[in-house]
Amino acid sequence: MIEICSDVDAAVRGIADGATVLIGGFGRAGMPFALIDALRRLGPRELTVVNNNAGNGDTGLAALLAAGQVRKVICSFPRQSDSHVFDRLYRAGEIELELVPQGTLAERIRAGGAGIGGFYTPTGVGTPLAAGKEVRTIDGREYLLEYPIRADVAFVRAHVADGMGNLVYRKTGRNFGPIMAAAAELTVAEVNRVVPTGELDPEAVVTPGIFVERVVVTDQAVAA
Amino acid sequence: MTLSRDEIAARVARDVPTGAYVNLGIGQPTRVGAFLRPEQQVVLHTENEMLGMGPEASGDDVDPDLVNAGKVPVTELPGAAYFHHADSFAMMRGGHLDVCVMGAFQVSESGDLANWHTSDPDAIPAVGGAMDLAVGARSVYVMMTLFAKDGTPKLVKECDYPLTGVGCVDRVYTEHAVFHLTPRGVVVADAFGTSLDELQARLDVPLLAP
Repeated sequence: MIEICSDVDAAVRGIADGATVLIGGFGRAGMPFALIDALRRLGPRELTVVNNNAGNGDTGLAALLAAGQVRKVICSFPRQSDSHVFDRLYRAGEIELELVPQGTLAERIRAGGAGIGGFYTPTGVGTPLAAGKEVRTIDGREYLLEYPIRADVAFVRAHVADGMGNLVYRKTGRNFGPIMAAAAELTVAEVNRVVPTGELDPEAVVTPGIFVERVVVTDQAVAA
Repeated sequence: MTLSRDEIAARVARDVPTGAYVNLGIGQPTRVGAFLRPEQQVVLHTENEMLGMGPEASGDDVDPDLVNAGKVPVTELPGAAYFHHADSFAMMRGGHLDVCVMGAFQVSESGDLANWHTSDPDAIPAVGGAMDLAVGARSVYVMMTLFAKDGTPKLVKECDYPLTGVGCVDRVYTEHAVFHLTPRGVVVADAFGTSLDELQARLDVPLLAP
């Protein structure tokens, strides 16, 4: 049953200490800023956060990190010109980093949502990121065994939802949204608007509502 | 005369096959896009889920939901397509992407690529999509200066820096020459204001004539 939440605080209720949280977004595109801010206000600690990056500037994910709520980040590219919050915590040994090649990160999340127990990928063979991983030769090529990522919660940002929780995204804001939505027990979608059920073209639905539990409209202005 | 950075980008663009699907890395490789000619009918892929990426956006065209892998606002061309992140990397690993262009700290004569980590203990490691591109793209072109700031060659017998991929680089474009890494060795495909003998005097890697 889809819940259309009246505000973002209601949309994040119940997220507990120690939760693993998938957070969509690549740069600002597709970043569920309002949900991240609500999670910071709610205050759970010892979180594991999965995102492509590790926060920029002082807002959004960086603010969650600065509040000391995150124990571990799983990402592909933490270092950016304005990732000073993560940089400081990492150098002080106050946050754990699991560095994952971006395609492996995406596939591990996809596998998590698809009920796949693991997969072999050529990415990372012969590099330091292969350390400790099973190597298997298949048809003469070497692959690494990688395991799925499943989470307690996923925050995704989409463009439009309907009353069934079906989602449509906007341009490169789609990024990790569809795979993260499938890989969590509780998926919360932050959207620009909700339309009555039946108004979305079924052929155009990107994330079917079966992967979504809560929807909340936020006022982040985006050109329609 | 050695080539300027834009001239290297133009030289890479000239070599991209007609109709290719191409991923341009962050930084200098992005400049290659400016020199692709419409008649080449190249389709640009960006790993943050788009085919048919257009030039950088400016003014009213800037849309926060439409950025490239460097988070720079870009535009979409007719025929563009969006997809999710796992599909974007399936395009690489699945062998659908014809060419990627990346920068490098070092490339070895057997095509090993080092471009993600300098081993500096104070550096925060970050890999992004480089390892996926290295193993996935059908052809990997590297664009780099041939020598580091301290004068040491970056085309080497074996990489000292941590690897991004093993035996994956096909071509190296530098200000002095274009190198093709082939089963018979490193071929100097083109040289700019220098000769094979002059290059050989500065590199440990055995060089071959085309």
